[in-house]
Amino acid sequence: MKKHWEKSNRRVGDFLQSMCFSGPSFLGMLLFYVIPFGVVVYYSLIAGTLDHSFVGLQNYKNVLENGAFKIAVHNTAVFSALSVPLAVILSMLMALMLECRIPAKSQFRTFFLSPMMVPIASIILVWQVLFHANGAVNEFLAVFGADKIDWLKSDYCMVVIVLLFLWKNLGYNMILFMAALNNIPKTLIEVAEVEGASAWYQFFHIKLRYLSPTVLFVTILSIINSFKVFREIYLLTGDYPYDGLYMLQHFMNNMFRNLDYQKLSAAAVMLALVIVALLAILFAVENWFGKDVEG
Amino acid sequence: MKKHRYFGRGAMTLLAAVFAVLFLLPTVLTITNSFMTQSEITANYGQVFSNANDGKSYISKKINLKFIPDKVSFSQYLTILFKSPDYLLKFWNSVILVVPIVLAQLMVASVAAYGFTRWRGRVRDAIFFAYVILMLMPYQVTLVPNYLVSDWLGILNTRWAIILPGAFAPFSVFLLTKFMRRIPVSLIESAKLDGASEWHVFWDICLPQCRSALYSIAILVFIDNWNMVEQPLILLPNADQQPLSVFLSTINAGEIGIAFAAAVIYMVPGLLLFLHGEAYLVEGIAYSGSVKG
Repeated sequence: MKKHWEKSNRRVGDFLQSMCFSGPSFLGMLLFYVIPFGVVVYYSLIAGTLDHSFVGLQNYKNVLENGAFKIAVHNTAVFSALSVPLAVILSMLMALMLECRIPAKSQFRTFFLSPMMVPIASIILVWQVLFHANGAVNEFLAVFGADKIDWLKSDYCMVVIVLLFLWKNLGYNMILFMAALNNIPKTLIEVAEVEGASAWYQFFHIKLRYLSPTVLFVTILSIINSFKVFREIYLLTGDYPYDGLYMLQHFMNNMFRNLDYQKLSAAAVMLALVIVALLAILFAVENWFGKDVEG
Repeated sequence: MKKHRYFGRGAMTLLAAVFAVLFLLPTVLTITNSFMTQSEITANYGQVFSNANDGKSYISKKINLKFIPDKVSFSQYLTILFKSPDYLLKFWNSVILVVPIVLAQLMVASVAAYGFTRWRGRVRDAIFFAYVILMLMPYQVTLVPNYLVSDWLGILNTRWAIILPGAFAPFSVFLLTKFMRRIPVSLIESAKLDGASEWHVFWDICLPQCRSALYSIAILVFIDNWNMVEQPLILLPNADQQPLSVFLSTINAGEIGIAFAAAVIYMVPGLLLFLHGEAYLVEGIAYSGSVKG
């Protein structure tokens, strides 16, 4: 009996002690994120801030039928579909490139990582100069006989943003891939070489297998980052960009301006659900692939 | 066979060099252009920033992207420092928003990470998992709750509306916990056997082991927040208190000359941190590599 008491005492004591340390952070998270998110869910289900009657999924329906929201979702989806695969593949190639025992490897790493430390706001001027209708990129393309494109005010606008996104994010992803490549057991590669496996075989059958958790992680990271691309667009084009660049965050900003809590809440809840679903898929896939490989 | 290898390496190096030029170009251009005189910038880029023309200055029909200024001048920097206090004020706004967030986040996160490392249990692991989910939520999700709380607390449109939620952002808790879980348990247990208090173990044994981790997290948190745009637009609409990141985008066309210099000043803290702490930064990024344990 006494033993049992001691054990449960220790458990409760442990929990209290751990909460002495984790408590401040946990309370902060509850106060600033979790509890208000509960209220957000509540707001998304009622008629208005004055009339608290329950309206079911009406707000969600309103948001989904909203024209601006549709454009925003479409543009965000197009952007993610373009930029995420590029971000994953290019950063993996960059990591493999640096693996090839090229000279000045660490300098190259520094160069590739440097955009991460440069605030977007600092380089928008150059971006505007490069991609203006009479700008440097058009002049360069004119050498090959291409027509003038007003990059930021035409359907090509997405290209500009994708390039900016890649410029900013590839370095971080590359480091993730380099770390993963480092974790591949050297002996495995050596054996493959002795056995005469070609570089392609080594890559597809050995390296990619070990990289697969990182591929998934970089994918999810890039998807999350692609939702944040509003920042780049806002700094380049302001509150009212070309239609093709109207993003989810623009929609949210407008809702904030009108203090339309209902639509805001419904949109936030839907997006949270999408992210959670994506994460669930990631974890499922990672479990599936990661079984025979030590992370 | 050998020849083939050498050729491959040469091609890779060339490719890497091309990439490197592309990656460095925007930053380098911004820096070199900041040393141009006002008239040179207006002549070269007047077209881009449409209303820059005051009717008097010469504007070239073409946009000339130049690496090297005709005449190196520090006039733009002098203007920022002495004549146009707005920029320095906004720079200070950025500092006063970001530095408290970094410090507070490190303090909150280091104790929290110790709690998550030292004692494991089903509930606490679930809580930790919630941190991971929250960490991955984009601003479109988190800003609405942040806005509501700031409204309740009456701190909307003050700096606290950004600093307080920032202090409790889950990213550093997550990363630091992953670092701490690498510390051998035996180290902590032997200290406990010697009669050290829990706080003592945390402060004198655990934290010193995490020095490099704390530094790399500080860099990551700093650069993320130094770049902030979404939060000030929504939580701090008061233009006087907004950070330089937002202000740079609203630059008046007439001031396009000093904009380059302001952009350079704005990137200096990040670049200095980078040059000093690149190794730590790389280590920190590598640690963030897998979401699970």
